[in-house]
Amino acid sequence: MEGFTPVPALIGGLMIGAAAALLLWLNGRIAGVSGIAWGLIARPREDSGWRLAFLGGLVLGALLYRLASGDAVMPNIEASWAAVLLGGILVGFGTQLSGGCTSGHGVCGIARLSPRSAAATLTFMASAMITVFVARHVFGA
Amino acid sequence: MERVLAALGAGVLFGLGLCVSGMVNPAKVLAFLDIAGAWDPSLIVVMGGALLVALPAYRLAMGRARPLFAERFAWPTASVIDGRLIAGAALFGIGWGLVGFCPGPAIASFAFGLPKSFLFAAAMAGGAAFARLTLANHRERVAASA
Repeated sequence: MEGFTPVPALIGGLMIGAAAALLLWLNGRIAGVSGIAWGLIARPREDSGWRLAFLGGLVLGALLYRLASGDAVMPNIEASWAAVLLGGILVGFGTQLSGGCTSGHGVCGIARLSPRSAAATLTFMASAMITVFVARHVFGA
Repeated sequence: MERVLAALGAGVLFGLGLCVSGMVNPAKVLAFLDIAGAWDPSLIVVMGGALLVALPAYRLAMGRARPLFAERFAWPTASVIDGRLIAGAALFGIGWGLVGFCPGPAIASFAFGLPKSFLFAAAMAGGAAFARLTLANHRERVAASA
């Protein structure tokens, strides 16, 4: 548990929850990133303003953090180019098939007390943990 | 216009939260998923913190007729737990475990200008489009055989 950062994790989590609450109370929308992004790709001419604003906001928020923290934290992508390509395809395919990702099922769906979202969350958590176990401890990557 | 601004505000807050919590960093997410390694439980605290706000916020909204800036709440209609849900979630989990990115952090990470972020997002869009095509073909076949 050497990397455990409970305080920033809690503060960041509260911010994510507040963002989901805002989008629901103001716009009546679920803060599910895969669904918001897919709507933009599939129906670019229809209702795309708020989707673009939300996704742009994600990047802007990260940019503000980067400026404020003076590049204290950089994302570290250890995966190879091939793994990034395959991983991206699986994440895109899987979230469309199951209708949600970590934000839509994991935060908003569970907040709605949806058994469907709870089942999806348990499944992708378990499958991701198995994948990391196999990659790191079976193949020793 | 107010809907666009509200979405922008929510997006900025979400993006900041992903950075403050460290979830924009795939290495930190993988450290959570690696239960047999030097386990970092931070992600579960992030989800807990998010639910601490989202649970009561959703409960409150469910008792109301409409949101402030729209005609109605766009509540999800699907409730069935079927093979498609479980298979999709399982495939998503494999991709998440391979890289440490899920859709939110992958898009937020554009701010750091890492080429692998953009490849991941492009691959995600391709995978999503392929899923939609597959589902549409499947529906056609089902309709034709009915």
